[in-house]
Amino acid sequence: MSSPLTLTEKQHAAEQAPNEQANVYADAPVRLFALAAVLWGVVGMLVGVLIAAQLTWPELNFGISWLSYGRLRPLHTNSVIFAFGGCVLFATSYHVAQRTCQVRLFMPKLAMFTFYGWQLVILAAAVTLPLGITSGKEYAELEWPIDLLITVVWVAFAIVFFGTLGTRRVRHIYVANWFFGAFIIAVALLHIVNSAAMPASLWKSYSAYAGVQDAMIQWWYGHNAVGFFLTAGFLGLMYYYIPKQAERPVYSYRLSIVHFWALIFTYMWAGPHHLHYTALPDWVQSIGMAFSLVLLAPSWGGMINGVMTLSGAWHKLRDDPILKFLIVSLSFYGMSTFEGPMMSIKTINALSHYTDWTIGHVHSGALGWVGMISMGALYHLIPRMYGRTTMFSKQAIELHFWIATVGIVLYIAAMWIAGVMQGLMWRAVNPDGTLVYTFVESVKATFPYYVVRLIGGFLYFSGMVLMAWNVVMTVRAGQVLAVPIPPVGPVLGPVPGAPVGPAPGPAPGAVAAA
Amino acid sequence: MESLYLLIPFSAALVLGVIGVFGWAVHSGQFDGLEAEGARFLHDDLPGDLPVTAAALDADQGLGDAAAEESARRLNDPRSP
Repeated sequence: MSSPLTLTEKQHAAEQAPNEQANVYADAPVRLFALAAVLWGVVGMLVGVLIAAQLTWPELNFGISWLSYGRLRPLHTNSVIFAFGGCVLFATSYHVAQRTCQVRLFMPKLAMFTFYGWQLVILAAAVTLPLGITSGKEYAELEWPIDLLITVVWVAFAIVFFGTLGTRRVRHIYVANWFFGAFIIAVALLHIVNSAAMPASLWKSYSAYAGVQDAMIQWWYGHNAVGFFLTAGFLGLMYYYIPKQAERPVYSYRLSIVHFWALIFTYMWAGPHHLHYTALPDWVQSIGMAFSLVLLAPSWGGMINGVMTLSGAWHKLRDDPILKFLIVSLSFYGMSTFEGPMMSIKTINALSHYTDWTIGHVHSGALGWVGMISMGALYHLIPRMYGRTTMFSKQAIELHFWIATVGIVLYIAAMWIAGVMQGLMWRAVNPDGTLVYTFVESVKATFPYYVVRLIGGFLYFSGMVLMAWNVVMTVRAGQVLAVPIPPVGPVLGPVPGAPVGPAPGPAPGAVAAA
Repeated sequence: MESLYLLIPFSAALVLGVIGVFGWAVHSGQFDGLEAEGARFLHDDLPGDLPVTAAALDADQGLGDAAAEESARRLNDPRSP
């Protein structure tokens, strides 16, 4: 693997000096996952650029089956969601849990196991998917042996995370941990139910469900993966790194609690909106649409809460490119959580479904929300893992922000126009009842938008490469310092920027016997 | 739609579980003094999170030793800049 990772191995050893262990945070897994996230971000986005080019010019598969679109597409989705996004979530949940509970990670060696186990899952995916080994379930393509490995790693993840919460020294559990905890539990349940399969051989299995039953289970899984992996997990980042970077508490902490419980109670049944106008019973489709519409309320509550954290300090947005990433990610979160409920309305879905509008919607959430909140959080986290408070180059962060933003806008605008155009062309009917356009005419009409999408995606990828350079330079200029765990003091109150006096040691009332 | 016979009871059980956790959180005082707790982690920065001096960065050659010494120094004197 690349040099930053091997460097970190030595640093990890330095951090494990025996006499310090109990008093310092276990940051080695955080550090490794953060660096791996950057690496897999570059890889996953590169595959995305390649398949966007293949959709524009199909000859780019060069007649090699391993490079065909059908095999690389799941490689792209798995690597950006589970490799990039997954590593970000591991890194940040281990970091946030330790810092907000003011306790060392529970079983740090098990946390290191989750790192190596998760990298093994990623490498197995990178080999099997191009070989055409797939269970054919979207966002759950990996075959059963890899599914079992995922289960083991995930159980270890849950033990480390909830063990850390259980041994916390701060009585209150900060809201970000609730989001991380819900994400870990929900993903475990979704994975087990959806991946239930009967193995036929080492690399072939058959789903436990068939036909429309399988479709219902698949999209119950698929949409809740969006809801709990790509939303709840990253909201955990949002509620820690935005206040931390802005140096002020979240606008309304009370609202963040309401946001959490409202989201948890309403998310589970949005999945059927992926199956409008199919063999799924009509009433189930309507339930999916209703729950999807309800979700607008908690989503926008959380979005407004995050953005308003800067209320009274908007000038910080002008000077701080990391805050730009974090706050603009929330505006994309707001856009895609408005667009999603709209697209779940059956009459709108009749136009949008199966068109590139869906691809635009997904990437508004993926590039805009998940990508940018991750990049902002990593830009905050990585220097702090190397004894610094700033990245090597602030100008590079600023440039990355603008490249990424322009890339996203090009991408989603092209897909919106292409999608609506496709939907209108497919439904256009002559007075005699025949179709106005053949399918291939809609494909030809989409060509220019595919070119624009490729440019947008390439820009976004370029920004990620710039980030990787900045991270390597930061690691080389920094050093690993074991961070002592501060004593748990009394709550200092919500006054932002208040001078912090010397902590008077553990106050009896504030220490929890958890 | 046999899959619904799995998913609906499963989701219902899950919601009951969520209600249980919510009840625990309310009754164990997790939501008392909320606004103050929402700001606690903003003040947790000890020297490990403070800017590292250029001198400390220059002493980066012998990585293992430098890191250990620096950590030890900070542990002994946690409020030193």
